[in-house]
Amino acid sequence: MTTAPTSSLGELERAVMDTLWDADGPRTAYELLDSLEDRTPAATTVLTVLSRLEKKGFVDVERGSRPHRYRPTAARAEYMAEMMHQVLGAERDRQAVLERFVGGVSPADAETLRRLLTRPS
Amino acid sequence: MTTHAIALAILAVVLAWPVPMALVRAEWPNRAPGAALVLWQAVAIAGGLAMVGAPLCLGLAPFGDSLPTALVAGTEAGLSARPVSLPIASFLGLIVAAVIAGYLLAHLAATVVRVTGQRRRHLELLELLSSPHPTRSRTRVIDDERAVAYCLPSGVGSLTVLSRGLLDELPADELAAVIAHEEAHLMQRHDIVAIAFRAWHRALPWFPVAALAEERVAALTEMLADDHARRVADDGAVARAIVTVAERAHIAVPGDPFGDDGESAATVLQARVSRLVAPRPLGRLARVAVMTAALALVAVPTVQLTLPPLLPA
Repeated sequence: MTTAPTSSLGELERAVMDTLWDADGPRTAYELLDSLEDRTPAATTVLTVLSRLEKKGFVDVERGSRPHRYRPTAARAEYMAEMMHQVLGAERDRQAVLERFVGGVSPADAETLRRLLTRPS
Repeated sequence: MTTHAIALAILAVVLAWPVPMALVRAEWPNRAPGAALVLWQAVAIAGGLAMVGAPLCLGLAPFGDSLPTALVAGTEAGLSARPVSLPIASFLGLIVAAVIAGYLLAHLAATVVRVTGQRRRHLELLELLSSPHPTRSRTRVIDDERAVAYCLPSGVGSLTVLSRGLLDELPADELAAVIAHEEAHLMQRHDIVAIAFRAWHRALPWFPVAALAEERVAALTEMLADDHARRVADDGAVARAIVTVAERAHIAVPGDPFGDDGESAATVLQARVSRLVAPRPLGRLARVAVMTAALALVAVPTVQLTLPPLLPA
């Protein structure tokens, strides 16, 4: 079994999730393999990726059917919202977790800032 | 060593309220954020040493003249089979020192664990929801029309994240400023300072100084990062970048739950823009004075904790 380097495994994870999110129903590993044709991964690599995604909680496995079918545990938009909430929300730990360039301000405050730019020094 | 204990107790009180409050209210830190940040860290370190050192010196007073000798003598006495009789003040001193030290260290450890876990989760999401930047290494692009830029400190795997909205909106010089700003956070390890002051705040949530200190330190690190960006883009570009991103951070999306951060965030942004539009850097002499003060501040409890008293008791 060939093992892919971690960075391309990460890319493969993203490709698999993109396919699952865009699909209109659960997919089997073979269907996923087909849709990833341009990357030509090994079947075992796809199964490894699916197992990792399942462990991280992003993918659900329907073990009742043969072959197993895979589907995302939540829509892409939900995860996107979770991620953006960490960046833009008011979680108290945020300042220590990540450092953003500028936080959110009200339109009135943004206007005040814009006026500061043109004030003569 | 009782004189040490008293001196350290006075230092602890001074560093718990008057000195930090003066630093919070002062205007000069915005003109020399690097020096101010060093001073803040000195206040925190010296305060911690004094808070633990004062009861510790009281506790070990029966065992010697200076803390190191008393520690050795005390440990020997404790480990020996002979029963040790300790005056009640010393006993209490040891307990208090242990409790304070344990409490602060526990909060620091808990903060590190919590923050690391959140970063790991965010990294997992980023790997699935972002694509690598076409040209820059350790940079990801998220498909969001809002102008967003941030960095995720994660040791070796640190990342800078930019949104599609940011890349589309900002001209080249402002974009360079934003990227340099985020890189400064990563290079200068501002996350360490952020974690330390966050842990301090969590340990003393009812203590206004801890909350104010965390806010002020965060603002100073932003200004430091802005100063780094000024080496790559001119002052005006950095200022414009701040304003543009502030305006575009929240494009009206129906049902957007992200309100603004509130008054203090706007104040910090105003300070950041003002100091770029009309820079008034602190003079060299003043900066040296600040660094000297920081050094002296840490030296005082260190001396108290390592040397015997100058005057015989």
